[in-house]
Amino acid sequence: MAGIRLAVPDTAQKGETIELKALIQHDMESGFRRGSRGEAIPRDIITMFECMYNGELVFAAEFHPAIAANPILTFYTIATESGDLTFTWTDQNGEVWSDSTSIVVT
Amino acid sequence: MRIFSAAVGFMAISACGAPSEEPEHQSLTTGEIVSGYAFLTPETQALQDDPFENPGYLWVDRGETLFQSASEGIPSCGSCHEAGLSGVATRYPAYDDARSELMNLEGRINTCRTEHQGMEELAYESEDLLSLTAYVANQSREQPITVDTSGPAGIFYAKGRAYFETRRGQFNLSCQQCHTETWGKQLRGDTISQGHGNGFPAYRLEWQSLGSLQRRLRDCDTGVRAEPLPYGDPTYVAVELYLAARAEGLPVETPAVRR
Amino acid sequence: MMDSADINLDRRRFIAASGCGVLITALPMTAFAGEDDLIRARTELFGDRPITPGRVVLKLPPIAENGHSVPLTVSVESPMSSDDYVKQIAILSPRNPLPLIGQFHLTPRSGKAIVSTRIRMSGTQAIQAVAEMNDGSLWSGSMETVVTLAACVVL
Repeated sequence: MAGIRLAVPDTAQKGETIELKALIQHDMESGFRRGSRGEAIPRDIITMFECMYNGELVFAAEFHPAIAANPILTFYTIATESGDLTFTWTDQNGEVWSDSTSIVVT
Repeated sequence: MRIFSAAVGFMAISACGAPSEEPEHQSLTTGEIVSGYAFLTPETQALQDDPFENPGYLWVDRGETLFQSASEGIPSCGSCHEAGLSGVATRYPAYDDARSELMNLEGRINTCRTEHQGMEELAYESEDLLSLTAYVANQSREQPITVDTSGPAGIFYAKGRAYFETRRGQFNLSCQQCHTETWGKQLRGDTISQGHGNGFPAYRLEWQSLGSLQRRLRDCDTGVRAEPLPYGDPTYVAVELYLAARAEGLPVETPAVRR
Repeated sequence: MMDSADINLDRRRFIAASGCGVLITALPMTAFAGEDDLIRARTELFGDRPITPGRVVLKLPPIAENGHSVPLTVSVESPMSSDDYVKQIAILSPRNPLPLIGQFHLTPRSGKAIVSTRIRMSGTQAIQAVAEMNDGSLWSGSMETVVTLAACVVL
């Protein structure tokens, strides 16, 4: 169970630019570290983040090993209509974590 | 002498094991007790203060889910502790009469699991135990630490204090020498803190994760090139009691962010 | 500075040109050691198109007490309208094991071209951001952060 925290306003006015925050629990193991016995710890990172607003992609990010553990993103979008914002993270092996929240636009 | 010790600082106390003459502080006085928070950069303080961005809350969230989840035939933690556990963490470690032992928060959670829920103990530093501990401690956030060191707890307090004040490891350093006698001075890029545990379990940037106070103690022991004690060792629990008494009045900051 | 014409100087030519090894040691040498990698990564993303310094502001703390998690905010001056907007922002490092840190993809629906995250920095360096506009033009900004060494290193 990967922990996800989302910060999205409950309501917004149509046309207003709103701040969105998304945080996920993930080690973002860089692949450059070694364990206590000197063995290389293999890379294990999230590589892709997407934010969909009622099914339309409004923001995306590509992560490389220098994105900090438990990656957080703060970005903006224009409130256009009431509906759902879906946040999706995909790791290097194709595993996907996703969470949604709704917004009322008046 | 004061100028000498300030200039030579860490090297003087670590180089050849010469006793540190006239240490600046013998013990912390009530007015000078400050949280490790005070030694952080403004950016790290802001991370701790932000209830959304502080990554420690990922574990607090998970702890809440675990606390409220019941499985078949096993009551949830929340079904007993309906009113929550506000203030509880300020009193830990605490002496347990029934078991005649000193118990930290992790130990209490595991005792609840085995005695009241019929479940296995959680491993120290497992995600679940860290999460539950963080969730419980977080309910005492901003409340002052007030542990009981009277009666049978006094023996553990003395044991913890002795560990804190004893030189150990290849550097031949005691906790006391850095965190009571030398706090506030520079050690490479850091300002030495007073070594309080009021923010634990804490999210350490160094760990890139939440970790227990005992993990921090193990790092300190390793740092002076001493053999760390195993997780859950009663001596470490006693050190936790001494640390809590030494931090009397400081607010619980769990989940704190530390270097 | 990183965006000026002399960015194409490689390390050897830079040292030769300056003609003074002693002077060089006063500069953060490693910051130059990975410069080639940064340029290579940037070329892979954007080809040989010219990059103009400006319109991009990077915000990082002047001093980071740990390189594992350094807060970064990048903002790009843009109306973010349907015919004039930021398409992509790439964050680059001259000193990390890999030069490309992350990429952000924006749309006219973003409203504002401001993104924040937290990054890893293996030592003191000037992080660079390159913004690609919808008309294909490229703009850049950079910011130097000193990463300090912790007192107790536990390996």
